[in-house]
Amino acid sequence: MHRLAGAIDCDLHPEVPPVAALLPYLDGHWADAMVERGIESLDGASYPPNVPFCCRPDGRGATGLAGLRAATLDAWGLSAGILNPLFGVHLVFNADMAVALARALNDWIAAEYLDRDPRLRASIVLPLQSVPDAVAEIERLAGDRRFVQVLVPAMWEVPYGRRSLWPVWEAAAKHGLPLGIHAGSAYRHPPTSLGWPSYQLEDYAAQSLGFQSQVGSLLTEGVFQQIPALTVVLIESGVSWMPSYLWRLGKFWRGVRSEVPWLAESPASIARRHVRMTTAPFDTPDDPALVTRLMDQLGSEAMLLFASDWPHWHWDGAAPPRPPGFSDAAFRRIAQENAQATYPRLMQAVTA
Amino acid sequence: MNELSSPRAAALRATRSPLVDCDIHPRLRSPADLKPYLTERWWQHWQSYGYRRRHGFVKGHPFPKAHPVDGMRRDSFPPDGSMPGSDLDFMRAQYLDPCGVTHGVMNVLSPTGAGETNAEFSAAMASAANDWQVEAWTRREPRLHASICVPYEDPEASVREIRRRADDPSFCQILLLSRTAEALGRRRYWPIYAAAEEVGLPIGIHVFGYSGHAATNTGWPSFYIEEMAEHGTSCSALLTSFVMEGVFERFPKLKLVLIEAGFGWLPSLAWRLDKVWARMRDEVPHVIRPPSEILKTHLWVTTQPMEEPDPPKPQHLLDTMGWIGWDRIMFASDYPHWDFDDPDRAIPPMLDPATKARIRHGNAEAVYDFARRR
Repeated sequence: MHRLAGAIDCDLHPEVPPVAALLPYLDGHWADAMVERGIESLDGASYPPNVPFCCRPDGRGATGLAGLRAATLDAWGLSAGILNPLFGVHLVFNADMAVALARALNDWIAAEYLDRDPRLRASIVLPLQSVPDAVAEIERLAGDRRFVQVLVPAMWEVPYGRRSLWPVWEAAAKHGLPLGIHAGSAYRHPPTSLGWPSYQLEDYAAQSLGFQSQVGSLLTEGVFQQIPALTVVLIESGVSWMPSYLWRLGKFWRGVRSEVPWLAESPASIARRHVRMTTAPFDTPDDPALVTRLMDQLGSEAMLLFASDWPHWHWDGAAPPRPPGFSDAAFRRIAQENAQATYPRLMQAVTA
Repeated sequence: MNELSSPRAAALRATRSPLVDCDIHPRLRSPADLKPYLTERWWQHWQSYGYRRRHGFVKGHPFPKAHPVDGMRRDSFPPDGSMPGSDLDFMRAQYLDPCGVTHGVMNVLSPTGAGETNAEFSAAMASAANDWQVEAWTRREPRLHASICVPYEDPEASVREIRRRADDPSFCQILLLSRTAEALGRRRYWPIYAAAEEVGLPIGIHVFGYSGHAATNTGWPSFYIEEMAEHGTSCSALLTSFVMEGVFERFPKLKLVLIEAGFGWLPSLAWRLDKVWARMRDEVPHVIRPPSEILKTHLWVTTQPMEEPDPPKPQHLLDTMGWIGWDRIMFASDYPHWDFDDPDRAIPPMLDPATKARIRHGNAEAVYDFARRR
């Protein structure tokens, strides 16, 4: 039996479809517009397809459902995998176009992946360009229990705590859908608060900074007081920045909490209840003793969800390693129990 | 109220080691203090047009601070009601003497022309601020050392200002702010680092300033608490830029001091950079050492404001400080700002005396050449 047998992989990527693949799922106007306007690809600049971290050397030929199934679900004996498509709905500026593309993408993944393998689950990609339409997309798909969370990029136009977005998070929480925030930018702002860096590896390094800002915004704006049922999953965030980030936020909260009086307890306590992170990449040295100390700083193993991030290239070998220093029992918790606790719909569908 | 005069404090004073404070903020009594050092043209320009600093507020800040006058300790106003940090005698009485400051590094934040969009005005203000630091402070107080303010968005003018001050032992470093129009590792700023190497002064980067970009890479936050927290992310991008642009390969003697940025975020940044560099080093072939090693060679950080474990477990803080390196961390008080750290209380009490001494003075003495004053 494979050491990952029974695991739930919380971050699998179907290949980014060319626009042509979505044409059957687009309504007449938008299908015509894509062809007429020559819109062929919505690959985002956060993941240029041939950059080393975007595609494992052994993953380049593994396209489509068959490739994903052979390399992950079958090879590792996963009990379930959550698909996070990185098609660039978020890049689009035209709200109507974004809504049409989001619907087409979500219908495409249901038909091309979910209908064809009962182990697969997916995230609902949201067109945040229009808050009412993002809510409507959640309502449209909420009846399909194979959709287990909603998905947005780490960097958007405004930080996610902003009140204008609360109706979207409320709709997600109402249906038991965690808010999944995945690495990637809509490029409404430069990749760093200091502008455009020179190199792709700086762009990738800065992804974890966007996650930090989102956590700070969600906490300080009082989203979890307003929507107590909301869970936020940070996907491909890097993990190791979290303890010190919460210390930092807590330090300033003690000093100036009069500015955010709805925050009645320390941000770290709230985050440990509401925020989860996937384990790939896991930005630490391969030093079990160090990671054990870092996990003690994190203070809650329940915050971690196993993920391979396949086919992105974070790890070598045939299967993702367990994080350094994790016992069999601890790994089983992050690979199974934590995902089951985080995604209420996952278990409903699995047992249905 | 003043615990510095208690018997316990007196006992503490008797045993403590020398103290270098890497972040003291002197301030003008009023803008007129700079008038003697500005030409009539620039004085009039300042009165008519004020600053243009890449944000929308004529007075005050996009994120109003939690305390008056740019976030001052409420007890730091001198008895005559003048500006906190503007009265040397009061600074001596309230801070330098009772806390036992041996050397204090002054970082003037405003008005210095920092980040000003009018390049000539920026240069004039920086030069005036440097004249004022010498006349009003270092000439009168040998414990205080000045930082050279430079119009950093105009590197050539910055180099002229650095050379102008280089032989004056009043100055112990070159001061930049962290939020700049481009990340500070980019080539447009390299003349500043070449000049720093040439004159043998460290580069101090103090947080704040305005880049003109949103304060996060996902847009503008709402609150001052976020603006402060986000210094961690912007300084992470800043150090990433320094490392990946190859600044330290090009300027191997360069010393970088990060001031008031905290340090808790530094280990995870270094670990992340090591991983992305290992995977994509073919994009930056000029970076020949692991980023964590580069940072451990060229970077120092200051203590205030120190991230504190939540829940409060001292060992967690010691782990993090150890990952950064005990030779890399230097005390800073941030006097007279509201989040001032008392040197007798802010350094973790469980540290052994030798390590405390390194943080209080030893590490800073390896970075700054205070003997220049003698």
